[in-house]
Amino acid sequence: MKRFTMLFGLMVALAIIFSACAPAATPTAAPATSAPAATAVPTAAPAATSAPRTLTVFAAASLTGAFGDIGKAFEAANPGVTVKFSFAGSQVLVTQIEQGAPADVFASADHKNMDALVTANLVALGYKDFATNLLTVILPPKNPVNVQTLQDLAKPGLKLVLEDPSVPAGNYTRQILTNMSKDPTYGTDFSTKVIANVVSNETDVKQVVAKVDQGEADAGVVYVTDALAAPDLKSISIPANFNVIARYPITALEKAPNSDLASAFVAYVLSADGQAVMKKWGFSPAQ
Amino acid sequence: MHRLYHQRRTKNSPGWVFIVPSLILISLIGLPLIALVWRSIDKDFFTYVFSENALSALKLSLLTSIISVGLALLTGTPLAYLLAHWKFPGRTLIDMLVDLPVVLPPAVAGIALLMAFGRMGIFGAWLSAIGITIPFTTAAVVIAQTFVSAPFLVRSARVGFAAIDLQQQEAARLEGANEWQVFRFVMFPLAGRAILTGIILAWTRALGEFGATILFAGNLEGKTQTMPLAIYIGFEENIKIALVLSVMLLAVSLMFLALLRKLEEPTN
Repeated sequence: MKRFTMLFGLMVALAIIFSACAPAATPTAAPATSAPAATAVPTAAPAATSAPRTLTVFAAASLTGAFGDIGKAFEAANPGVTVKFSFAGSQVLVTQIEQGAPADVFASADHKNMDALVTANLVALGYKDFATNLLTVILPPKNPVNVQTLQDLAKPGLKLVLEDPSVPAGNYTRQILTNMSKDPTYGTDFSTKVIANVVSNETDVKQVVAKVDQGEADAGVVYVTDALAAPDLKSISIPANFNVIARYPITALEKAPNSDLASAFVAYVLSADGQAVMKKWGFSPAQ
Repeated sequence: MHRLYHQRRTKNSPGWVFIVPSLILISLIGLPLIALVWRSIDKDFFTYVFSENALSALKLSLLTSIISVGLALLTGTPLAYLLAHWKFPGRTLIDMLVDLPVVLPPAVAGIALLMAFGRMGIFGAWLSAIGITIPFTTAAVVIAQTFVSAPFLVRSARVGFAAIDLQQQEAARLEGANEWQVFRFVMFPLAGRAILTGIILAWTRALGEFGATILFAGNLEGKTQTMPLAIYIGFEENIKIALVLSVMLLAVSLMFLALLRKLEEPTN
């Protein structure tokens, strides 16, 4: 019984320490605990414009680096605002938003997932493309099976990791393989041979980068921007006539808890400053 | 039981102190499961159950979990016996080591397995040199499942062995039985029920394994995509598939739990 009391006491003490610490720290550094308090503030005191607020952005995993920078710039331009990101495969984010996740902004790596939200009436005022991307083949730093050309992807026994077909990049990759199979240089069975080498269908592009970077896979297909963000990896570019242009749309969500901030963030991404950050991370502008 | 309840009521004891918290926890566990089953009811339910994707995931899950439990039984029972009845330096350490996978997040297990047995892993690099690669194979699924589930068997069997009266061992030894014979003909039958409980706990844990598998074994239908992985992918693609697969896994788990109950009942 004495030990039980001790354990219980320890738990209570920890709980008190954590709950006491959170508001005392700077509001930007206190994540989950400060969020509900922050959203409650504007309703209590609508006049206080500088009250701390949290904007939640759901973005495709391939946007991790670029949006991290944009988030910092947006915070700097809007004092008191903290931007929180949830990066995952676009298809995961769509499911979460459909199930009622409290997101303000959604940036997808394809139109298919964005259109699913439009159909479900969850997009506020239409969406806008803010960037485009291309796909590329990545190889581990040591390149153990000596992949030199795109043809080598069909070599029997090669370990290839792709994204699941439900992930935008996985879908684009399969389109590229189909395009290549129409070219006699690669042959009609090229796509089938390459798909036979797939050892795993990962849930987002960053997982593919990780598996290749760890040397567990011999090759992977990801966005050009992911390859740029992982400079140790070798890459083989996919010619424009086979490649697929990934268009990234962004929108403020219908049920956004902070709709004004959501629109401001979307405008920032589309602004010259936002576009400069996207360019720095290797994205091309939307035509 | 019934009389006890009445006694408490007549003495006017504060029964709600027990009932209210209990109801909260029961609702917390029960309501989501009811919701899961309720939402899965759909005219296409059986189309999804018998879809190729669902069946191959179920088949793979059953196959890998049976092999994992077999491995756990073959290696875990002797270990549990050692831990229960032998005194040797470092026993406490090994005891704790074996318990670790129970408390570790499976994602940690997955990364640890990659670091050890991945192609670039500390030991995986040697295996790779002799032409054996583990990640992305069904063997990787089995290793991940054994890592997370075997400790449940060891824990249960250890308690079973420890509960056996030492005099029975001594008697067997006096009759001239060697260590193996004592284990095989005295200890194993006496600890049988504890071992069976361990098997079922380990089995259900292996069936539910997700985190270590997706990191270490990847996700490929028919090869490494077990039920929990198919559920995760289904959730992204079509929630109805995820619901049906979840209900299938729920049914299998319930079956195992019912079996466990049966075993825990006193036989006499």
